[in-house]
Amino acid sequence: MKRILLFSFIVLVLGSCGKKNFSPNGNIVISGAGATFPYPFYNIVFRNYMKQNQATTVNYGAIGSGGGIRSLRDRSVDFGASDAFLSEKELKSMEAEVIHIATCMGGVVMAYKLSNVDSLRLNGDLIADIFMGKILRWNDARIAQENPNVNLPDLEITPVYRSDGSGTTFNFSEYLCSVNDDWNRDMGKGKALKWSAGIAAKGNPGVAGIVQQTEGAIGYIGSEYALTLKLPTAKLRNKAGNYVAATLETISSAANIDLPDDMRITLTNSADPNAYPISVLTWILVYKDQQYGNRTKKDAYDLVDLLSYMLTPEGQRVAAQINFAPLSTQALMKTKKLISEIHYGGKVLFPAKLDEVSLTTDSLTIN
Amino acid sequence: MKDKLFKLLLFVASASVLLLTAGIIYALIGGASQAFGEYGFWGFITNSEWDPRSATEEYGALSFIVGTLFTAFFALLICLLFSLPVALFNGEYFKGTKISSFVGSIVGLLAGIPSIVYGLWGFYMLRPLTIELGINAQGFGIFTASIVLAIMIIPYASSLSSEFLSMVPNNLKEGAYSLGATRIEVIQHISLPVAGSGIVASYILALGRALGETMAVTMLIGNTNNIPKGLADTGNTMASIIANQFGESDGIKLSSLIAIGLLLFIITAIINLIAKLIVKHMSRA
Repeated sequence: MKRILLFSFIVLVLGSCGKKNFSPNGNIVISGAGATFPYPFYNIVFRNYMKQNQATTVNYGAIGSGGGIRSLRDRSVDFGASDAFLSEKELKSMEAEVIHIATCMGGVVMAYKLSNVDSLRLNGDLIADIFMGKILRWNDARIAQENPNVNLPDLEITPVYRSDGSGTTFNFSEYLCSVNDDWNRDMGKGKALKWSAGIAAKGNPGVAGIVQQTEGAIGYIGSEYALTLKLPTAKLRNKAGNYVAATLETISSAANIDLPDDMRITLTNSADPNAYPISVLTWILVYKDQQYGNRTKKDAYDLVDLLSYMLTPEGQRVAAQINFAPLSTQALMKTKKLISEIHYGGKVLFPAKLDEVSLTTDSLTIN
Repeated sequence: MKDKLFKLLLFVASASVLLLTAGIIYALIGGASQAFGEYGFWGFITNSEWDPRSATEEYGALSFIVGTLFTAFFALLICLLFSLPVALFNGEYFKGTKISSFVGSIVGLLAGIPSIVYGLWGFYMLRPLTIELGINAQGFGIFTASIVLAIMIIPYASSLSSEFLSMVPNNLKEGAYSLGATRIEVIQHISLPVAGSGIVASYILALGRALGETMAVTMLIGNTNNIPKGLADTGNTMASIIANQFGESDGIKLSSLIAIGLLLFIITAIINLIAKLIVKHMSRA
């Protein structure tokens, strides 16, 4: 009896090995892993793609940007996804040339709770001083100066930040580093910081929950979450001096500037006059030369086809529907060119879908 | 034959629990060794810095140890004010009556409520009250967290202590009454001393629960990595820093979190040991 059990166990183990890219129909599987921030967008856009291409299965593991980069480096996935572009050092550590395909945009919004204040204007210096505990009350002269027609209450400010490590914290602190010297010196940037004021909660929902329930609270939240919840958010002064509310349009506008050909750029504090100042890109990372390992030309073509699909008006509309900002025209054109350069051992891969990537996304934004 | 088999079964079951405990301790020590190696055991537990920024990375557990002990002991104090009367009510004054079993089962219900529900209740009901009382501006902190903790541990403390109180031999009490003792005097001189070791043990059990509680505390304590200076201050506990920061951490930070887990284990073990000593001492007296 024991022997039979052992035998069947070995057969099972052996049987489950050796089938790479296994799928229910035995067809093409595209696998990716990485950032959690764009996961809701990827989830829906990949599902739509699979509906149109029954032979293809796309798997995406939201394991964090670092994990995505590591997985691409050891080639256990076909694409990685990251909220931060690779540094020169990281690029050199990869097996071959890696390119950055921007897929959508997001922002960090300042949500607040003040019962009698309908509109609030802030700038980077004010945010920095509030979160460093240097401005303690809402009726502070410096906040009043930015909000001349607002009756600010004599109330303690409660800054709310993330208790867990987060890309949202990274983007928030990166923006403040770029506009405020004191912040740059004392706080720095990172996924987690050493805070000196306020209280903390886990995840966007945690911060949003506290802000909504606490009179006088202000917290930073991922735009995709805050816009869905329709939380009251502050207008921020951008580099051009305009006060801009966080919407999909203003976040997209941050990429309406001269972008580098490799699309490796930080968009916080963008110079575009309509830009929301805390806006970011998110990327999918792939090897430029797709001929590696035991990949076929068909594998490579399908991957490029999928990437192209994400940039088509259809794909970008999905992003807008769930409050991820679509790419600006500038960003679309640069990214389209990058996708067209992906090759299979020198052979061009140019799916028809790439031609559908349109010049304008003006009709896409919905709110 | 059957007897032998049963004995073997018992032996295997007990041994595997021992092995499991040893395995957990081994894994904790293994995971924590990097942090203790970097900062030293005493250095780690006496440092209140928690700086996750890569340039100035430095981790110490003092803030969280203080936060944990502060909330747990304050909760125990509040719990004492409610659970001892409940225990006397159930185990002495109304012993064996319908009303005592009714009160007992209602208090027991408190033990069945999941901690996330306590957290929600604290977040929506208790926190506005804390603000109303003027303790601090946002309602988060040691005070709010301790009150919720106290309510959570009341059933543990009260049900066990009332058991021990009701086990006090009747002839002892009757003897005291016959000598003219009042009810208060009987409780003071007979019931409490006789049931004392059991009551202490039940409070230690409650304290153990308070030390390790995570979810409700995380929702209410404010999660700030500093040493709390008073009841109105925000802070963080050992269990809640692990729950909050475990996800995105690696390297020395992960090791520091595991080290905090090990310290929590050690603190709980020390408190259990103290409880055992007290019980032993009191039952001898």
